[in-house]
Amino acid sequence: MMTESRLKNVLTSGKFAVTAECGPPKGADPEVVKSKGKILRDHVDSINVTDNQTGVVRLSSLAACALLKAEGLDPVLQMVTRDRNRIALQSDVLGASALGIRNILCLSGDHQSFGNQPQAKGVFDIDSIQLIQAVRKMRDAGEIIGGDKLTGAPQLFIGAVANPFADPFKYRAARLATKVDAGAEFIQTQCIYNLNRFKEWMGLVRDLGMADKVYILGGITPLKSAKMAEYMAKNVAGMDIPEEVINRMKAAPATEQRQEGIRIAVETILALKEIKGVHGVHIMAIEWEEAVPQIVEESKLSPRPQA
Amino acid sequence: MITAERKPIKEIKEMLAPYRKILVVGCGSCVAECAAGGEKEVGLLSSALRMDAKASGKEIEIREMTLDRQCVYEFIDQLTEVIDQYDVVLSLACGAGVQAVAEVFPRVHILPALNTTFLGETKEAGLWVENCRGCGDCKLGVFAAVCPVTRCAKGLFNGPCGGSKTDRCEVDPDVPCAWQLIVSRLEDTGRLDLLRKVHPPADWSKQQGKGPRKIKREDQRT
Repeated sequence: MMTESRLKNVLTSGKFAVTAECGPPKGADPEVVKSKGKILRDHVDSINVTDNQTGVVRLSSLAACALLKAEGLDPVLQMVTRDRNRIALQSDVLGASALGIRNILCLSGDHQSFGNQPQAKGVFDIDSIQLIQAVRKMRDAGEIIGGDKLTGAPQLFIGAVANPFADPFKYRAARLATKVDAGAEFIQTQCIYNLNRFKEWMGLVRDLGMADKVYILGGITPLKSAKMAEYMAKNVAGMDIPEEVINRMKAAPATEQRQEGIRIAVETILALKEIKGVHGVHIMAIEWEEAVPQIVEESKLSPRPQA
Repeated sequence: MITAERKPIKEIKEMLAPYRKILVVGCGSCVAECAAGGEKEVGLLSSALRMDAKASGKEIEIREMTLDRQCVYEFIDQLTEVIDQYDVVLSLACGAGVQAVAEVFPRVHILPALNTTFLGETKEAGLWVENCRGCGDCKLGVFAAVCPVTRCAKGLFNGPCGGSKTDRCEVDPDVPCAWQLIVSRLEDTGRLDLLRKVHPPADWSKQQGKGPRKIKREDQRT
């Protein structure tokens, strides 16, 4: 069984990394996770598994990561602070490492009011930055929050998220720096459709000296239709889809819109490869994992390195 | 202040169904300020209950009383002379007041007429907003006097989540993003550097560590 993070190895060897997202099913069938893994295998370095995204109950991220790991893949465990307190979070960090999972992505999580359990109590005992710091301390100092020693430290490559498109804009780069200070080693960004604003944000990130301290993976979500673009622009918090992208999708005939969405994704990736400080891409093809191999291929990112 | 809202009249009527002689007791403090349980609201609710009883042919007897504070024994004691004459007390106090009265009169049936909601301020006429959770460890000094525990929907201590857009909270566009307020206020007062520090996990034991909290001060116990 592989015991190292493939994602970390690809990034530290200076190669442009490719990761993809796998949303677990709203059910207990492990085959759904495995079949998504099968589609993505050989086309990406690592697979990031969401943790009850948008507050909707799904098969657990930890279990889905373990299933992917057993298939020989390199999973990235998403862990949100919305649903578990520091006892449960730290316990799951240890469990993840014990199962051979080598990457973790720390987030606060979408607010529970957006999901299918709006009456749930939001935990938020700690926030994403405190989780990053806690995991880093567990790994490097073998200590949990409060200072108790672990009998064995978890081995995890630690990630965080950044949204260059949310407000207050100027503070967003500083926030990334705080996440790096807390211990984040790689960053996944929100989906990029507004390249100009992303470039502006990367400039601020470089000015803070962060481009050499953390690996930044640009977020890519291929649009399936003009309707999806309009829906996301309007309803998904923190999403920035410029009018011209929506118009471009609308201009394509209905049967061609998926291909247009892939073309936009590929063009964005090709542009990201040229931006200093961008170390890879994270492709979030929502319930459309089949699109990933084509996007990777056309972005001239295949074959993936043996790491 | 502690804010509250009156329960729907239907729920109050259902609770009162088994009773005939009702003592309606208001509180002249916080819940009077938020127009939920003061003397005026006691009068309005009592009238509504009398009219409803008349319309449905039920005979009831209501007495109205409003204490200055329903959470302090000295004021609760005003009920001692009259309380035994009634089948039930309908309290328009906050949850603390309801329980304080129940504690003093263990054999009396006491029902809440309000839903106690939050610690807040009177923003404008008819608008109250929550701005304190009573966490027992106030950090307003480092957050430019904007409480992230209360006013950020996720209670984040280290900056805004990824959903804040044009200074609104992603959860409710009617609510300003607390972190946008904190960042702007710190920026305007030249203290943005306060945010480069990572704030450690909060000590929630000060809020809920060992069940209900108490404050005990020897200097006040004479």
